Order: sequence, then structure tokens, then C-alpha cells
Amino acid sequence: MAETNSAETLRLEGVCKSYGVGTPVEMEVLHGIDLVLQRGEFAALIGPSGSGKSTLLNLIGLLDQPSAGRIFIEARETSRLTDADLTRLRGRSIGFVFQYHYLLPEFTALENVMMPILAARGRPDDEMFRTAAALLDRVDLTPWRDHRATDISGGQQQRVAIARALAMNPVLVLADEPSGNLDTKSADSVFDVMRNVNETSGTTFLIVTHDPRLAQRCDRIIELVDGRIISDKPNVNVLRRG
Amino acid sequence: MNRLTPFEWIAAFRFMREGLMQTLLIILGVALGVAVIVFMSALLSGLQSNIVRRTLNYMAPIVIVPPDQVARPLRAGEAAQVAAQVQPRSQQLRSIDQWQKVRTLVEQVPGVIAVTPVVSGPGFALRGDANKAVTITGIEPESYFRVIALAEKIVAGRSSVGTSDIIIGIELAKDLGANVGDKLRLTTATGTAATLTVIGIFDFGNKGVNERNVYIGLRVAQNLLDLVGGVSSIEIKVSEPFAAERIAQTIQAGTGQQADSWIKTNAQFFTAMAAQTLSNTVIRFFVGLTAALGIASVLVVSVVQKSKEIGILRAMGTSREQVLRLFLIQGGFMGLAGSVVGSMLGWGFLLVWRGMAKNPDGTPLFIVEIEPMLFVFAAAGATLVGILAAVVPARRAAQLDPVVAIRG
Repeated sequence: MAETNSAETLRLEGVCKSYGVGTPVEMEVLHGIDLVLQRGEFAALIGPSGSGKSTLLNLIGLLDQPSAGRIFIEARETSRLTDADLTRLRGRSIGFVFQYHYLLPEFTALENVMMPILAARGRPDDEMFRTAAALLDRVDLTPWRDHRATDISGGQQQRVAIARALAMNPVLVLADEPSGNLDTKSADSVFDVMRNVNETSGTTFLIVTHDPRLAQRCDRIIELVDGRIISDKPNVNVLRRG
Repeated sequence: MNRLTPFEWIAAFRFMREGLMQTLLIILGVALGVAVIVFMSALLSGLQSNIVRRTLNYMAPIVIVPPDQVARPLRAGEAAQVAAQVQPRSQQLRSIDQWQKVRTLVEQVPGVIAVTPVVSGPGFALRGDANKAVTITGIEPESYFRVIALAEKIVAGRSSVGTSDIIIGIELAKDLGANVGDKLRLTTATGTAATLTVIGIFDFGNKGVNERNVYIGLRVAQNLLDLVGGVSSIEIKVSEPFAAERIAQTIQAGTGQQADSWIKTNAQFFTAMAAQTLSNTVIRFFVGLTAALGIASVLVVSVVQKSKEIGILRAMGTSREQVLRLFLIQGGFMGLAGSVVGSMLGWGFLLVWRGMAKNPDGTPLFIVEIEPMLFVFAAAGATLVGILAAVVPARRAAQLDPVVAIRG
């Protein structure tokens, strides 16, 4: 077993995922994935449709359990955790941004950002209002804070979703095609926001994208094909530029 | 956002506000169900207590009578023959053995609030050419009026019976052509007779009782019915009429006398009341079930509609228990809100009923009591039904796999 260290945000050791286990149609979609993300990395996960990107993201996000292998979040092994412990760890350490924003239409932009903190603490308090307002400011949405989630544009909604993902100050943000539903300008804007958060807060990002243009703006590009990492290398263009 | 409101309550009320029309419709549905339950329950309870009150106006809840006389075959020995058929004995008018002691014992039984001795037997009332068969009831007015509401039913004259007074029913007064102050003659089968003055006329609202019963002083009745010093029955009033049978059994066990409750002597009446109560319960059950299914169906739809949001909430760290509570709160609130509106509607229906259901003389057909506890029970019941109805959709929401929910 490889040793984990405190600089690691994420470590995957021989992670496999199969569906239909024990049935004649058992199918393994991820085959022995080994992966380490260091604190502050900004990595892209690319690959064709059906290669297992979303499945891998769900496993890393503790939304699903691997069939084999181990997952460490900040050196904490997760396979023996109960459902309640996984929920707590997920809430505290991992932020999610999906292709669709999935904001709660019943709440304002500010309240949506507050939601993870509210769920964790149980009751609203002044501090969570301040935190949410600061996050909305960070994604340039202060003027829209009291608008309902349904009353703002697609790009703005996705930026609110990013702010929400950052509400609990997670160590890792998982973004599953966050700009997939957006036009080029909005996609760039959303990407810039994530990049800015990464650079200023040191939050680790793992972004699934089909857009080569955006992947080329990440520090590291991991390519997944047929459930195997076939390529995992630093993005020389970005590093050279940096 | 109120700083004191927990997360689940905030989310639950926002969810309901978002689907406002759906929420209002189901609250209205629950309200109508609760209104029907409140109205029917109050009506039935008013009707039944009215019947009970009317019955107990002229009937004591418990009556102690001497044991029946039975024929015993006399056998000389083991070999003696016994007739295949034993002729039953005719029942004579007899006194309760040591009735004063029995009365003292009965007064100490829990639940007993009044006890009175009575001498009762058949006789004839004669006035001029008119001759009517009557039931002579000899009473001790002071204690008797605490058991039977005779004094309240006097429609003419007074109720204080002396040694030469008689109180008769309104029907008998009509049959005999008698009025207050008139004299009539009371005779018995043994030939004893007394001439008495009508001092009061009563109306129990029951033709048979008004036609048959006459009330005279206890000592006069003892002399007339040849039961000097004795009483033919002891009548007892209890604090809870529906506990009469249980108290009667206690009295019977404690005194060794035969104690008959009005529940036992009016078995058919109670069977009818039980059937009425059962049918009301069945109707209430189905109305409640309909309301519960309404709440459940709305919440099931809500879980389906909001599955992605639930998935996101779960991904963000919301626990299964929080999701469960979020939907239980919605069910409970719909039940509670429906019951508050329904109680008000039911109250309104009852007020309308009170105004409409009247006798030709303008008096109420029967008194419908609006019991505050009925509303409390309706509110508690509907809230509980709402929560129970929400259990299945809430569990379904809590068990949602975030991956499946988000993927849709």
C-alpha cells in the first residue's frame, strides 16, 4: 500500500466499479484506478462518453461505493465509513458542481449558497449569511443575491452552484461538465471563477469536461478510456505559461 | 429566514409554498374531511346523549329488586321422581330484605350519587266513570327527585307529595278528565283503596309513561300495596350513566341483591346505539383514509418532482433523517392546517344545523353540544394522519440514491 501524506487531497488505490455483481450480466466499468490529487491541483478528467468519468466522479464524491479498492480523502480511508459518516464527510470536504445547476427554485441565490451550511448546522445564523454573501461576491453575483434561482441566467445559475459548492470550504471540488449547458462566453466565465478560487484558496478541483479548449486550461489532464487511465500528465502549456 | 427555524422546517415550508395550489387543494380536502367528521361526531353524540337523557328522565340507571322467586322440587331422597316440567312460580310483590342497610351500603359505592327507596305495584285510578290501570310508585320525594327528574317535568301544580297527594301524567289526566286539585281514587288488586288529591301533572315526553305512572307518598304506597315497612326496589343514580352496568355488578357483589342496570334492561336500545356508533366510526375511518391518501399522493408526486433537488441536498451533506423529517413536517402541517380549517367549517355546519333543526314550537330538535375537546381530538388526529400518510413518501425520499436522483 502506498503511503498517504498530508499534502494529498485525494488518493485512489486500485479502485474498481462493477454493475450487476453476481448476475450473468456483471460488468466492470472501472478497472483498478490509481490516482492521487495533491492539495491545490486543478485537474481535468477527459475521455469519450461511456469511459467511466461520471462513475469515477461519483466514487470520489462518496456518492457511490467502489466494488474494490480504496479511496482516501485527506488521508482518511472511506470504505469502512457508515452512510451517516460518509454524508458528513461529503458535506464537509467535497463540493459538487454538476452540468445542470440543480439550484433549489424555492430559495434565493443567497439562500441556495447557504444551504450546505444550513443543513450541517441545523439553524440559520449571521455567520452563514456573511459567508454566503462573500461567496456570491466572489462569483460577481452580489446584485443578484436576493433573486430567486429561477430568475437569473444559466451562466449566473452555474456560478451560484459554484459558490454553493464552496460554502463549506471543501478541500475538493468535483465538477461534472460544469459548462456543458452554457455558451462559450458563460462557460469561460464559469471556468474563470473556478480557476480563481483554486488560485486564491488552494482548493483542489477535478473537472470532467468534453471541451478540449477548457481542458487545456487545467494544470493536469487525466484521460480515461474504457475505465482505465491511459494518460495522466501535467499540462505543459499551462505550466509553461504559469 | 427566521434564525430560530430549523433547516427541515424552512425547506418543508418553502417546498409547500412553491406548490401553493397543490398544498391549498390538499388542505381543503383534509378540511372537508375533518368538517364532516366533526359535524357527524357532534351530531351523533348530541343525538345519543339526547336519547339517553330522555330515557333516564323516567328511569333510574340502576334498580335493586328482590331476587325472583323460583319453584324448587321437593325430593324425598335419591330415588324420588322429579316431574319433567316444573311450573314456574308467580312473582309476588315483596320487599327487599333489610333495605335500609342495603341503601346505606349502596350509598358508599364509588360512582353512586343518589339512592332512593321505591314501592311500586299495579293499581287502578278511578274518577267518576273513568277507570285506568296504572303503576303506583310510592316515593320519598327528597331523595327520589335526585334520581329521577320528576320535579323538572311538572307542567302543572307542584311536586311536593304529601300523604294525601298524587302526581299523575298528562295523558292520564286527560283520560280521567282530572286537573290539579281534583280528587281521584286509587285501588289495588287486594282491595285496599285511597282517595288522593292531584297536586301535580307531569310530562316526560313519553306517552306510555304519561299514561301509566302515578306518584304518591312512600308510606301511602306501602299501605296500599300491603308492603308496610318494606320497599319493592331501590333506585340509584350514578355519575356516569355508561358505567352503570359495571357499578351494578359491584353493588350486586357487595350487597347480595339483584341489581339491574339500564344498559341490561335496554339491551336492544344499546345494540342500536352501538350500531349507530359503529357506522359513524366506519364513515370517519374512510373519510380519514381519503384525507390520508390525498396527503400521501401529493407528497409522492412532490418526491418525484423534487428528486433531483433531494439528490443535490443529499450530495451537499443533508442526512437521510433530515430528508425524512422534511417530508413528515409537510404531511403533519397539511393535516394540522386542514384540521384547523375543517374544525371551523364543522363548527359553522353545526351552527347552521342548530338554527335549522327545530321543533314546530321553536325549541331545538335536540341539543347539539359543541365540545372543544372534539376540535382538539380532530386537530391531533388529522396531524397524526398527515404524518402517517407522509411516512411512505418521506422514506422513499430519504432512501433516494443521490446518484440515481441527480441522473434522473
